[in-house]
Amino acid sequence: MLQNLITYIGNGTIVTVGVTLVALPMGMVLGLTFGLLYIYGGKWLSRLMTAYSTLMRGVPQIVLLFILYFIIAGSINISPFWAGSIALGVISSAYQMEIFRGALLSVGGGQMMAARAVGLSRWRAIRYIVLPQALRLAIPPWSNEASIVLKDSSLVYALGVPEILRRAQQLSATSQQPFLAFGTAAVIYFILVFTTNRLLDYLEQRTRLPAQL
Amino acid sequence: MDEPILKAQGLTKKYGENVVFKDIDLAVQQGDIIVIIGPSGTGKSTLLRCLNLLTKADGGKIWLDGEEITAPGHNEDEVRQHIGMVFQNFLLFNHLTALDNVMLGLTKVKHLPREQALEKALSELKRVGLADRAGHYPGQLSGGQQQRVAIARALAMDPRVMLFDEPTSALDPELIGEVLEVMRQLALQKMTMLVVTHEMGFAREVANRIIFMEKGSIIEEGTPDELFLRPKFERTREFLWKITELYGHKHETTQPTEDL
Repeated sequence: MLQNLITYIGNGTIVTVGVTLVALPMGMVLGLTFGLLYIYGGKWLSRLMTAYSTLMRGVPQIVLLFILYFIIAGSINISPFWAGSIALGVISSAYQMEIFRGALLSVGGGQMMAARAVGLSRWRAIRYIVLPQALRLAIPPWSNEASIVLKDSSLVYALGVPEILRRAQQLSATSQQPFLAFGTAAVIYFILVFTTNRLLDYLEQRTRLPAQL
Repeated sequence: MDEPILKAQGLTKKYGENVVFKDIDLAVQQGDIIVIIGPSGTGKSTLLRCLNLLTKADGGKIWLDGEEITAPGHNEDEVRQHIGMVFQNFLLFNHLTALDNVMLGLTKVKHLPREQALEKALSELKRVGLADRAGHYPGQLSGGQQQRVAIARALAMDPRVMLFDEPTSALDPELIGEVLEVMRQLALQKMTMLVVTHEMGFAREVANRIIFMEKGSIIEEGTPDELFLRPKFERTREFLWKITELYGHKHETTQPTEDL
């Protein structure tokens, strides 16, 4: 019984990790692009990005998920897994945009000016000088966003994707053991989030710049 | 006279209604060491930034080696390679070692092969006396050392002219000397330099021309002796008196007089 339960929810873990591995990098690519457009894209793109971020962050994720799901699933023929993961990625892009925007701003205009003074073009200054510093600064808040996306991947439960939470719910109903079912789900989520955060902490330490000896 | 390395005519900069400087004419000849002095907020730093196109001027023209660099469509990145710039707050690239700071322009702008860039960068670090700090990150260097690396970074590009924007103003007093010493060495090597500074001792000793700027205009310019000993304008005399009093060397300047 217990064996079955763990195997069943365990299979959901693969789905949860899969959703996260689609949503998080997608949110990162979009979020970083939007953050760069916000800072370096000029007045109108900057306003557009602000509007995007404000709108996306002002609506509950589950509402956005349904809207995006029906847009995506309505226009192309893909499975709920992919539609849900992409929708979560789009939602996360607004939050990640704020993370990268903050990190880019923290690097400061002086670095850009010094890079241009050496003769680097704007794009190359961003690539070689600003981004390497901004990405370092972004790791701690990004670690936070990673754990949020991991946990919020449970939202695709509402689309019928058989991830951890959905399977726990099913088991709870059939086995009449809600505590055991949801308890197992909670433990798995915790292990996933904990491991992710520790890995990112390690990355932060490894990339930290040496200061005063 | 030869073609000036850097020439500006009628240079004007304003932010909205606020005029930073107006109708500035300037010619920097090969080997010139020009020191720009004046009260803060008179547009000296902005002038330097306009000269290497980091800030767009609102009026006037600039020529580098006879070529108008303010002409529409002129490649700004190409221009900046030939004009070295040293900032008040150093602005080293924080994520790179001293060596990589100096090498970056060589590999990413001049596209030198790595070994050649490395050799050049090391020799520039040696020139500012920091070859032993090549592997240090900016966070591991003192302010004076950071500024010397910044000078090496600019020198590595073999610029036609070096612009210094208050290079010692952010330094602790005991660190100013090492930076000024590097600049003196550059002067001896006939590097063409345009320096904004409050270091009057340096100005007197090293400059061949001093420009006194106030409220966005050039009030007076001349040799150090002309400005320090025989200033034409009372305002120049007052400023020099105040600033030399502040920094010592009072005896070198004539006291401003009421009856002039």
